[in-house]
Amino acid sequence: MSDAFVFDENYAARAETIVARYPEGRQQSAVIPLLDLAQRQAGGWLPTDVIEYVATYLDMPRIRVLEVASFYSMFNLEPVGKNFVQLCRTTPCWLRGSDDLRAVARDVTGCELGETSADGAFTVVEVECLGACCNAPMVQINDEYYEDLTADRFKNVLEALKRGEVPDPGSQSGRVGSEPTGERATLNGAGANAGEGA
Amino acid sequence: MPTVTVDGVQIEVPDGVTALQACEMAGKEIPRFCYHERLSVAGNCRMCLVEVSPGPPKPAASCALPVADGMEIKTDSEMVKNARNGVMEFLLINHPLDCPICDQGGECDLQDQAMAYGRGGSRFEEHKRAVKDKHMGPLVKTIMTRCIHCTRCVRFATEVAGVPELGLLGRGEHAEITTYLEKSLDSELSANVIDLCPVGALTSKPYAFISRPWELSKTESVDVLDAVGASIRVDARQTEVLRVLPRLNEDVNEEWLADKSRYACDALSRQRLDRPYVRRDGKLTEARWDEAFAAIAHKMKGLDGRRIAAIAGDLCDAESMFVLKGLMDATGSPNRDCRQDGAKLPAEPRAAYVMNSGIAEIETADVVLLIGSNPRWEAPLVNTRLRKAWLQGGASIAMVGSQIDLTYPCENLGAGPDTLKAIATGSHPFAETLKRAERPLMIVGMGALARDDGEAVLATARSLAEACNVVRDDWNGFNVLHTAAARVGGLDLGFVPGADGCDVAGILDGASVGDIELVYLLGADEIDMSRLGNAFVVYQGHHGDAGAHRADVILPGAAYTEKNGTYVNTEGRVQLGRQAVQPPGDAREDWAIIRALSGVIDAGLEYVTLGDVRSAMVAANPIFEQVDARITPAWGGFGVAGVMDDTAFKSPIDNYYMTDPISRASETMAECTREFVAGSGDRTGTDG
Repeated sequence: MSDAFVFDENYAARAETIVARYPEGRQQSAVIPLLDLAQRQAGGWLPTDVIEYVATYLDMPRIRVLEVASFYSMFNLEPVGKNFVQLCRTTPCWLRGSDDLRAVARDVTGCELGETSADGAFTVVEVECLGACCNAPMVQINDEYYEDLTADRFKNVLEALKRGEVPDPGSQSGRVGSEPTGERATLNGAGANAGEGA
Repeated sequence: MPTVTVDGVQIEVPDGVTALQACEMAGKEIPRFCYHERLSVAGNCRMCLVEVSPGPPKPAASCALPVADGMEIKTDSEMVKNARNGVMEFLLINHPLDCPICDQGGECDLQDQAMAYGRGGSRFEEHKRAVKDKHMGPLVKTIMTRCIHCTRCVRFATEVAGVPELGLLGRGEHAEITTYLEKSLDSELSANVIDLCPVGALTSKPYAFISRPWELSKTESVDVLDAVGASIRVDARQTEVLRVLPRLNEDVNEEWLADKSRYACDALSRQRLDRPYVRRDGKLTEARWDEAFAAIAHKMKGLDGRRIAAIAGDLCDAESMFVLKGLMDATGSPNRDCRQDGAKLPAEPRAAYVMNSGIAEIETADVVLLIGSNPRWEAPLVNTRLRKAWLQGGASIAMVGSQIDLTYPCENLGAGPDTLKAIATGSHPFAETLKRAERPLMIVGMGALARDDGEAVLATARSLAEACNVVRDDWNGFNVLHTAAARVGGLDLGFVPGADGCDVAGILDGASVGDIELVYLLGADEIDMSRLGNAFVVYQGHHGDAGAHRADVILPGAAYTEKNGTYVNTEGRVQLGRQAVQPPGDAREDWAIIRALSGVIDAGLEYVTLGDVRSAMVAANPIFEQVDARITPAWGGFGVAGVMDDTAFKSPIDNYYMTDPISRASETMAECTREFVAGSGDRTGTDG
């Protein structure tokens, strides 16, 4: 980045809206949403100059912004690929086959965990629970969740991304949200056990 | 006032105290790592757990728990013991237990508290984490694997030092303390984080692997490297001073110490004058004491007193100045001065040259005007008080002088005497601000007084103080901030020109044209030696600095750690420095040298012991009897109205780390100069 980082028109307007939400003298509370905006504009990660820009923007010490950026795993302090793949490895996803997904990710992208592919298309990392256990196993790619994955389904998703397409997010098994995989059911009505073994 | 019960004993405590403070008031010791009286409460080490009822049936962190009326606190129950035991076990999980090679060993909170509250052994069998060491500058050594994340250093840098450059990055097991991008901690108070660190994560770099605390003899003394007169403890082993640490003194330095005062001590064994020298055939050659005295006596013989002059330096103890004054009187010389920077301060009234409000009271000020002073470099511990006034009391601070970063917002009203005059005459709006203030304060620095129009500036400052109601019956906010530890003592003793005598400028003028033939420099190195002309120069001091290079006779004196001496700090507090080690080689205590010389030239000073000198000093000025006390002097007229030129005020210090013969000889201070003053810390291969 040769030019100094500044929010572009779109982000500048959003940043102003966010900062205005906080009472006078408490503008520093906007540091997390502003870092998020900055990370989006800067290409998925926060270089030093971007952190310092946010610090100047909110009139706070640089180290305080760096503390926040390093505390939250949602902020990346190193460059990431175009598709930032976060594999959930926590118990429900693991029981449902997240180890297979890891193998698929390696085969398709060539990345071991924590690596970025040579063409800059993918970064693969492992994360703790992303809160979609009903649809385990799942991964998050950039802002989207891809759920109910199997090795084949995940492979399709990654291949599509590789081709430059954007596969539909959400459940890859065809179910809606986290509804039962069979018919809709009430607890004790007809088809109460339809979801078993999905 | 709430009443609480601590371990069955009922006590009444002030409103708003925490459970931890209440326990302390009841005489109970509460172990802690993160809690510190002078820092904000973090509550993250969990070592201070106590049992509290009423409340949930679990231990509570007492440092962050406000007491309520009727609260019952237990500090010795089974629950508390188990809780402390558990916390200690967790703290030690990632602590390396490398005490045998740790510099903190023997004075380590973790070590002590593990002994007192921990379990005998470890149940932890997994791998410990390791953390890369961080660069924090030339003074603070880091071994970050030992860090227990109490964040005392972070809070100190942010709150007290005012340089928010330290932080805790990451979280959980991956948390690490670092400066921003590992830059040096750019503060004159940086080394205090070493004292604050409860473990061996931050230790002293210059003192690394030098000594164990139990090998040191400890002497309580006062610092002389600035005019604050901080209380220090000098740690020495045999003949060498190994380190200087702050002592608690609420009135002066709280429990902090500025970096120069702490680290210039390595110079006490470098470039020392350890034997007399006499210049023979243009070359300084080693001599015996009697030869040196004889050379001076030979020069003095038959010399008219008016052709003799004496200048006292910045580090002199009051006794030596007093005896030298007696010697000058005996020779009939009225030419003497203790203001080698040329500060236009009168020797009376006392209110004209001391910090009348006192250092501690600065905190209570609500409006502050700095005049030609950079307290951050002239007196870092005064600056922390000013910062506190702003941070805790919301004081508004303004300055007349060149803009500098003082670690708190400071409005620049103007650069020089014009602005000062405008405020004094009421035409500047800041005059109203001062008048309306409850505790107005002004600090006049040497940058405003050590100039040709200094007397006029002083007069203007006085009229400003009177016009803006800075001096009241119950409050005197007129403060002079000195840069030299000897200055107030010198003025108290009247070490200023006698009748028709010359001041420093006059002495230099006289010497350069040959009117003054003998100049006695008592540790005076800050004058322009090239202007001493052909005068015969006697230099009495401890370091081979500018004065010794010019001298015709060198009399080796004692540095402040090697003699018992009286110093008066900038607020007029008389304090005693104590001898920690012997002066090196043939060097002697300074008053005794002058006394011995007086015998050789038949000047007839009769002192036998230091006690004799002190009694005579008290007789001359009773203030010297009031040791450790600060007396607000009576107000009076001073300063001479006159024309002020329009050049801007400029602080006399342009390198905080090198201001006197001691700090100029210090390797550590040279390192700091390279890192903080000379450049950006960019090193090349030739930088050693």
